[in-house]
Amino acid sequence: MKKILLFILFFLFNVSKAYCLIEVDITRGNLNPLPIAVSPLFSDSDTKQELKNENNISKLGEKISEVVENNLRRTGLFNPLEKNAFLQNPDVAHLKPRFEDWKLIKAQALITGQVKFVDEKLRVEFRLWDVLAAKELMAIAFTTVPENWRRVGHIISDKIYERLTGEKGYFDTRIIYVAEQGPKTQRIKKLAIMDQDSVNTKYLTLGNELVLTPRFNPTNQMVTYLSYFKNLPRVYLLDIETGIQEVVGDFPGMTFAPRFSPDGKKIIMSFAKDGNSDIYTMNLENRIVNRITNHPSIDTSPSYSPDGKFITFNSDRSGFQQIYVMKSDGSNVKRISFGKGLYGTPVWSPRGDLIAFTKLHKGKFYIGVMRTDGSGERLLTENYYQEAPSWSPNGRVLIFYRETKSNSEGKGFSAKLWSIDLTGYNERQVPTETDGSDPSWSSLLSN
Amino acid sequence: MISNKIFKNVFLVFLLSFVLSACATQTRKVDTQMQGDVYTGTDTVEYLASGVPDRVFFATNESVLTTASRDTLRKQAGWLRKNSDITVVLEGHADERGTREYNLALGERRANAAKDYLMTYGISSDRISVISYGKERPVDSGSNPLAWSKNRRSVTVKAN
Repeated sequence: MKKILLFILFFLFNVSKAYCLIEVDITRGNLNPLPIAVSPLFSDSDTKQELKNENNISKLGEKISEVVENNLRRTGLFNPLEKNAFLQNPDVAHLKPRFEDWKLIKAQALITGQVKFVDEKLRVEFRLWDVLAAKELMAIAFTTVPENWRRVGHIISDKIYERLTGEKGYFDTRIIYVAEQGPKTQRIKKLAIMDQDSVNTKYLTLGNELVLTPRFNPTNQMVTYLSYFKNLPRVYLLDIETGIQEVVGDFPGMTFAPRFSPDGKKIIMSFAKDGNSDIYTMNLENRIVNRITNHPSIDTSPSYSPDGKFITFNSDRSGFQQIYVMKSDGSNVKRISFGKGLYGTPVWSPRGDLIAFTKLHKGKFYIGVMRTDGSGERLLTENYYQEAPSWSPNGRVLIFYRETKSNSEGKGFSAKLWSIDLTGYNERQVPTETDGSDPSWSSLLSN
Repeated sequence: MISNKIFKNVFLVFLLSFVLSACATQTRKVDTQMQGDVYTGTDTVEYLASGVPDRVFFATNESVLTTASRDTLRKQAGWLRKNSDITVVLEGHADERGTREYNLALGERRANAAKDYLMTYGISSDRISVISYGKERPVDSGSNPLAWSKNRRSVTVKAN
């Protein structure tokens, strides 16, 4: 958070020394969202006609800028301004904004752009302007097929976010999760995938068998998850491009809690045998299986550090579920959670400095973060039931799921995806077509 | 000042007695179906044969068999000895108040506790398989201690 503040402050001070441009409420560790004007991307009349004729897409420029605007708004760091207040037309603004007009409506940054149709391809260009310094900060153009227009919106959002915050964006990403339907006692669960902005939902399984805990490979579009196919709970590997799936390893019992190593070459998971769960890895290239823990307690929910040198997991070896860290070969096991209550589902931040977790204390569930030595515990959100945080690829946002209490007839129950900023602010529900749980955030699709 | 203190004390005593009496009624009500937080009722229980209950119940986060559970499992072992062609699946379950992955492991541990007990009463491990559903298949969909106690279970199911 501090880093982001500094970056924004630095960038704005740098360009215009005369004003204090942003009011920052440091005491709350929060900042007032940056007022930004997203002028709709404009098209000339030829392009408009061609888009309509050949692709049946009208108002494409407006739609792309809407994607950008919604992405920026959801971060909680930006405040996209009401378009009705804009004084300058999009085409003129794109060539040379009249900065006084944009200052007048309190915009500090301005996005303009143009969509052209060239040789059946879409050419999208956009510019980012600093209104107070009256200068251009960035100008980028892409060429792509028209069906890709939403992704263009996400990529533009990522570029703007990165330029203004100094951190990588997380908009050109997808969420895989478990879509849920039906009564609690006979819940039907399917793997589902959608864009990070809840659009383009696709179902990857039919719901014939129970599926749980899908996780993305951080290096490609492979997914690992738990399936009860033929009533044998096993870890599977699924290629979401081809739909091909296979069982991971040949274990004589339940395998579960899978996750990829940061290089994407191994799967780390639990294997339960004779009432005991331990942690194993399988190398996906040579299929070699390694046992990582060997303890009569439950060891599960493993997650690698981003450098692959350490593993965090939860174990009840102390008598209760707590979080541990060990070297990736299983040596040097250290308990790191010592607060009151139970701790589970540790997930290492992609930045490497924090571990997100679920905590149960006095009948309440919390999502929190702590440093990798267990110090600096910070609880971000409290609720009746919530668990299983997953990091955005830039380590800025956590997505998790939350369940509501049901009455004795089971009424009132729901499972929904939620996200929250690392600071504990900007908590919001992530819309899904059905109920949802077990979300996992992909890496950036384009890098 | 003093009268104020007395008033406060009287008020506290009054409040406390109210709280205690509330507690007492609560316990009495649940007592019939729970001991500690282990379910002792028969609402959800089905029978493998006459007098042979199909399931045992556990305390929160525990996989220790209670006296009642051991009694049930001895009956199951007796029935299995008499019907030597029958094989069973032990389905281990947890309540909804735990993280999904830990609960999968816990369900497996509970089903294995039951399996081990059946084995000590002479049932071959070849005839028993184990599966954990974690918190995925509750029998009672309520969100209250009694519902949770019914869901913390290992159920013996005929497999053939």
